[in-house]
Amino acid sequence: MPSYLFWLFSTIMLIGGTAVVAFRNPVSSALSVVTCFVGLAGLFIGLSAFFVGVIQILVYTGAVMVLFVFIIMLLDLKDEEKPSKPLLPIAAGLALVAAFLVQLIGILSNSPDMSEPTLSKATLAAAAAGFPADGKIAAALQLGKLPDVHLIGNTLFTQYNLPLQILGVLLLVATVGVVVLSNKQAD
Amino acid sequence: MDLFQIAIIITKIVVLTFIVVLPLVPLSVYFERRFSAIIQDRVGPNRVGIPFTLLGFKKDFHFFGLIQPIADGLKLFLKEDFTPDHVRKAFYWLAPALTVVPALITVCVVPFGSPISIFGHAEKLLVADLDIGPLFVFSVASLSVYGITLAGWSSNSKFPFIGGVRSTAQMISYEIALGLSIVPVLMYFGDLNLSNIVQQQADHGWLLLPLWGHDADHTLTSKLLFWFPAAIAFLIFTISIFAETNRMPFDLPECETELVGGYHTEYSSMKFAMFFMGEYAAMVIGSALIITLFLGGWSIGFGLDAEVAKLHIGDFYFGGFIHMGCFLTKLIAFILFFILVRWTVPRFRYDQLMKLGWVVFFEAALINVFLAALIVAAPDLEKTIIGIGAILLVVLTASVIWVAKVSEETPKTLRA
Repeated sequence: MPSYLFWLFSTIMLIGGTAVVAFRNPVSSALSVVTCFVGLAGLFIGLSAFFVGVIQILVYTGAVMVLFVFIIMLLDLKDEEKPSKPLLPIAAGLALVAAFLVQLIGILSNSPDMSEPTLSKATLAAAAAGFPADGKIAAALQLGKLPDVHLIGNTLFTQYNLPLQILGVLLLVATVGVVVLSNKQAD
Repeated sequence: MDLFQIAIIITKIVVLTFIVVLPLVPLSVYFERRFSAIIQDRVGPNRVGIPFTLLGFKKDFHFFGLIQPIADGLKLFLKEDFTPDHVRKAFYWLAPALTVVPALITVCVVPFGSPISIFGHAEKLLVADLDIGPLFVFSVASLSVYGITLAGWSSNSKFPFIGGVRSTAQMISYEIALGLSIVPVLMYFGDLNLSNIVQQQADHGWLLLPLWGHDADHTLTSKLLFWFPAAIAFLIFTISIFAETNRMPFDLPECETELVGGYHTEYSSMKFAMFFMGEYAAMVIGSALIITLFLGGWSIGFGLDAEVAKLHIGDFYFGGFIHMGCFLTKLIAFILFFILVRWTVPRFRYDQLMKLGWVVFFEAALINVFLAALIVAAPDLEKTIIGIGAILLVVLTASVIWVAKVSEETPKTLRA
């Protein structure tokens, strides 16, 4: 990813994230989260993770946040009043930020490869050896393309098949639970 | 990336978005008015033209009313852009843009034609050859929900708000059916790249018309077997697109009889027009997606595409432009179908709409995914496993229908 795009999208993300806290109007805050998510999706896409980026927009921006906005509008929340600022929470928050900052600096200074990892044709072609030669993944890698959707599918359905199915059952249980709960309420 | 490539990309963006797709929006408004007039046995707008009679000639020259959309646009431009006092200004201004922009962004993954080449330099007739085509369209199109929701909310008055809320619920519900219904198609092609999908259809027959290009991997029987899940997917997808674009018979967000106008009641002038531009642009893109996935995209069909791609004058292979013409013809035909449906099918009630989305389409799309998986995997499986799969599928379908029937039996009276 060109570095100016990285800076553009991370700036959008940071502005969105800050605005969530800064705005007093709940709908404005929710829309700032949307901005933040769009910036995040841009970063993912810049890192050649097209599928993750698009799903980020499709699921979080297009569905989850729409529901948030929907609920906020229906509840007709008023603007938050500025609370008094006790010293202790602010101090605790600053300490947390400082702790994470120290950690981040520690990691960044130790990381051996500060430069951008290149996704060259040679690397991709070398990676093709790990997949069945007649499959789509190997063919795409040989051509110097990153078949991210196929790779994610391959990993999910071969290495993590059981966890995936357990997650599916979990979601099903959650759905059934919601139906049961809402029926109880209606009675 | 050098300057030449950037210039090509910008040219493609400008030409495909603003010269090819955007004029389709006023054109479909014109079609809508003339076609509805024909259906209702009226004449429709046919007067706007050059007023030769003012200069003393016998007859005016009207372009069959084709200039009417320009006159409409001009009228809307010149109207007073009134912002009511009670609205939430920032969101009120943002909302119309949010309905138009996502629809136009999605143009970039639609393949308009086969590659053209000049002096050995091949160029695809689409802006971005993404490997996640349909998902990109869904994700960006899902952003247009915000436009309508915000329009309803920021207007700060009852009826637009109800319209906005209705629309949000409707669009989220139908996004699920929309996404699930194309899973069989993607399984069949094994690819998410729209230009590859169209190329496959050009080589081996359209998904809904698989009558040519048979070979060992694409036998006629396998293609005809897949026709059934493809047809179910086509039905669900098309009807969900109707719901997503808020068109009749699902245009409940703008129910004149109940909601005055809908989410755009408080809007005037060009801001009002932008909601309609957004709606028609979404309709154009939706039609383009349906054609690309199910009806062969730019492909002329019957095995002629390879011949057309070979046409050239010297080093200039212009077959792509013929394909583009074919694509636009199909697109306009499908837009006319959209309009025909609007003026023939009566509007749904809101609970019927929700029920259609959640009870009928969601389940049908899910079962269709299993059916398609069985058909796609069948050549590699043993006979007994196919038999067991088929029995399980029938049991699943029966149980889903049974559950839907049972849950319907006792209508409860709602208590406030």
